[in-house]
Amino acid sequence: MWTWFYKLASPPSVYNTAAALLPWFTAFAALTLSYGLVGGLVFAPPDYQQGDAFRIIYVHVPSAWMSEFSYSLMAVAGAIGLIWRIKIGHAVAAATAPIGASFTVLALVTGSMWGRPMWGTYWAWDPRLTSELILLFLYFGVMSLRSAYEDGSRGDRAAALLSIVGVVNIPIIHFSVVWWNSLHQAATVAKFGKPDMALSMLWPLLSMFLGFMLFFGAMLCLRLQGEILNRERQSAWVRDAVRT
Amino acid sequence: MKQFWAMGGYAQYVWPCFALAGAIFAWNIWSARRYHAAARRRAARALAMADSEAQ
Repeated sequence: MWTWFYKLASPPSVYNTAAALLPWFTAFAALTLSYGLVGGLVFAPPDYQQGDAFRIIYVHVPSAWMSEFSYSLMAVAGAIGLIWRIKIGHAVAAATAPIGASFTVLALVTGSMWGRPMWGTYWAWDPRLTSELILLFLYFGVMSLRSAYEDGSRGDRAAALLSIVGVVNIPIIHFSVVWWNSLHQAATVAKFGKPDMALSMLWPLLSMFLGFMLFFGAMLCLRLQGEILNRERQSAWVRDAVRT
Repeated sequence: MKQFWAMGGYAQYVWPCFALAGAIFAWNIWSARRYHAAARRRAARALAMADSEAQ
């Protein structure tokens, strides 16, 4: 069973899989994002309390969710690289970091833009907002730590360690609205039972979720190919990959 | 149409969010493509050097 796994996780196999998946992710991301945007901006009715300002949800919630998902993926991939010494784990972690950081910036800024009309302020040192800001600094820390080492494999190990330690922040972000008094509202969609949202508002949001995931997948495929080429320059299979 | 762009008086908050989302997506595409292209170029250069050394 392990031989099969190692074969699947070998750099040429991952490189080819990423190249094959890229057009599919891109096409389905374009479709789902288009549906989500039109549904969210045009067809969803205004919220009875927040009016049209609620439409910020269609970029804010998916980007915030992706910021946590990317971080968790980066930490798991780093752990796989660290514990089992599977090189592709570090490559995935390195490829994920900048994408996750960009989604974190989007989540923070859109949240701030939403906060101004609803809470009367762009920023408050609220548990949810502060822990999300710490997430952004963790991303920056992991990225700079990796590039701080001349020896790539030492940088990989250090970055993996920091990202694993930083995982403690993920449940803090997620449950901050439950554990502490927060300006931020509690979960609307990701909770047990029925979501507190009308279906005409919910479908575009779910479509945006899917679109963000697929877009993340597409960007990961593209970056991962670059990451693998950088790491495997000396390998024989790279000759075919570069020539095609 | 005018009503749509006005976003019920929240246009100044709603549209910058979607514009930033567009910019972040565009940055991701640009930077990932650039990273991949640079890695390909570096790998091709390394291969060409190895070939010339072998000759």
